[in-house]
Amino acid sequence: MGEHHRIIPVWFFVGVILSIYGVLILATGIYGLFHPPSTVLANLHAGVWWGALLMIVGGVYVYLFLPRKS
Amino acid sequence: MIPDTAGQRLISLHAPDVAIIAIYFAMVIAIGFYLKRHTGKGEGFFLAGREMSAWVAGLSFISANLGALELMGWAAAAYQYGILAAHWYWIGAIPAMLFLGIVMMPFYYISKTHSVPGYLKLRYGEPTRLLSAASFAVMTVLMSGVSMYAMALVMKVVLGWNMHFSIWVSALTVGIYVALGGLFSAIFNEVLQFFLIWLGALLIPILGLIEAGGWSGMVARIQQNFPQQDYTHIWRSLGSFSDNPMGIHWTGIVFGLGLIGSFGYWTTDFLVVQRVLAAKDLRAARLAPIIGSFFKMAVPLIVILPGLLALAVLPFPLVPESALGPGEHSYNEVLPLMLARYCGPGLLGLGITALIAGFMSGMAGDVSAFATVWTYDLYRSLFRKDAPDAHYVKMGRACTVLGVLLSIATAYLVMEFKSIMDYVQALFSFFIAPLFGTVFLGMIWRRITPAGGFCGLLAGTLSSVGMWLLVRADPSKLAWIALSSQAKDMAENMYRILWAGVICITVTVVVSAFTRPRPDEELKGLVYGFTEVPSEGHLPLWKRPIFWAGVSAVLFLILQVIFW
Repeated sequence: MGEHHRIIPVWFFVGVILSIYGVLILATGIYGLFHPPSTVLANLHAGVWWGALLMIVGGVYVYLFLPRKS
Repeated sequence: MIPDTAGQRLISLHAPDVAIIAIYFAMVIAIGFYLKRHTGKGEGFFLAGREMSAWVAGLSFISANLGALELMGWAAAAYQYGILAAHWYWIGAIPAMLFLGIVMMPFYYISKTHSVPGYLKLRYGEPTRLLSAASFAVMTVLMSGVSMYAMALVMKVVLGWNMHFSIWVSALTVGIYVALGGLFSAIFNEVLQFFLIWLGALLIPILGLIEAGGWSGMVARIQQNFPQQDYTHIWRSLGSFSDNPMGIHWTGIVFGLGLIGSFGYWTTDFLVVQRVLAAKDLRAARLAPIIGSFFKMAVPLIVILPGLLALAVLPFPLVPESALGPGEHSYNEVLPLMLARYCGPGLLGLGITALIAGFMSGMAGDVSAFATVWTYDLYRSLFRKDAPDAHYVKMGRACTVLGVLLSIATAYLVMEFKSIMDYVQALFSFFIAPLFGTVFLGMIWRRITPAGGFCGLLAGTLSSVGMWLLVRADPSKLAWIALSSQAKDMAENMYRILWAGVICITVTVVVSAFTRPRPDEELKGLVYGFTEVPSEGHLPLWKRPIFWAGVSAVLFLILQVIFW
């Protein structure tokens, strides 16, 4: 989808927002390593690995669907 | 306007959470502005140019249905009724979605209709189209308003936000991006929202299962906490109305939900069918609901499982909304409660964004479908038949805004008269359940006549309204409708839908038998036997929709056996 009118594919937008969220959540998760939140299972540091996962998935989508001039 | 944080609230947001929510709003509006330039023509605005891939159409198809009320309402139902709530995702969705892809889609797609009422016009004529379009337009706007009110109420309880703030900000955001980019924009955002809903909600079952000690640990805890009921089997307790917390019999689930209700919604509700009509070719249109069926089967993971986990791990019982006392929490708060239990700053923002995204995808579905049905099936049919294409696009944009404003007005009306909410929720059984009989018979049987289609649809609708009024006037009559005095509300809905469907089909067939059918040449592309469906025999097996429908059906059966 998209080649017809040169529309940026929706997957690129998905990648952008997931990457931004990944960075934000990872950074907050790292901060939480030193100031743990008062949630159940906080010792698992879900913010760190979930943020990293979002960053990786988002990065892959951005790379694969980056609008290119060609 | 700044959210009111003075009231009692369940969750406090931190700076990263607020940033995540703000980025989401900025992104969806930016997508609307970006897509505006591609939607100057009617085909672009109302059908997204008919160039969506099967994946995009399929994810959008699921996302339009995955509203916030769906997420929170069914998580609450899972806490109240246990895994029985999963029936609405499995037997209440999968067979109908596969049927849409394999059997019905060719007729919708080949007829080149813009909408479901548009198909009814081609098959039955103008009166049936007008009846269906008018009822759909009213239902959609009212449903959207009620969802908006319910969402604002949740935001007030969970986050302490001012209700007017929630209603206006969310509604105007949806209004802006749909008015700018039409169905194109709605679909793009629905795909985005699909990812956010999943990634925002998926942590709850993962962490919940870790805390509960896996599935078997969760089941053991539920049995320990609530020994009097079976919450973890989907069929075993349906032999009698009194053996399960839902007060329903398996016939209600199989025939009311699985046959009439589910097929009515997934194959004829234009809110979801519109997404599939935007596919780039017939194969993509057939694959879209089949792809959607795999994700639909998995949705209980983020909706039903959190409700079950709450039964296992929450240290206090939740109560019905009507029995809510000070310091207590209702069933409806189960998802936010579980979110607050496991998610710290950042993740909490993502989870709340998932709820907001769910609400906005549902509302965008409502207003984009409303705009199409109003413009093509009511305005063009009744007021201006031959206006230029640009005029209809302008009308589509204007009535997107109108749809949003009417939804807001409905939300305020519900705020004043809360009982309206109960009435509006019955609308589905009035208008959508009988529609399946009319559309399906028209597709498969050439002998069905225009008079039969119209009378059947009208009779199905009127009988559904009649049954609903009967039980409101005299609750003991529920035993007539649901065939048992032990039936509860949910059973009433399912049996009312079943009888409305049966009445619609019977009247359609009987009236058709005594009236004249349309000539065969007028049925080309509309009816089985007169429609040439392109063969897919030249494609490798793994590219054929029927193959993936088979895989989906097998998975569906395996799930029934596992959770029997």
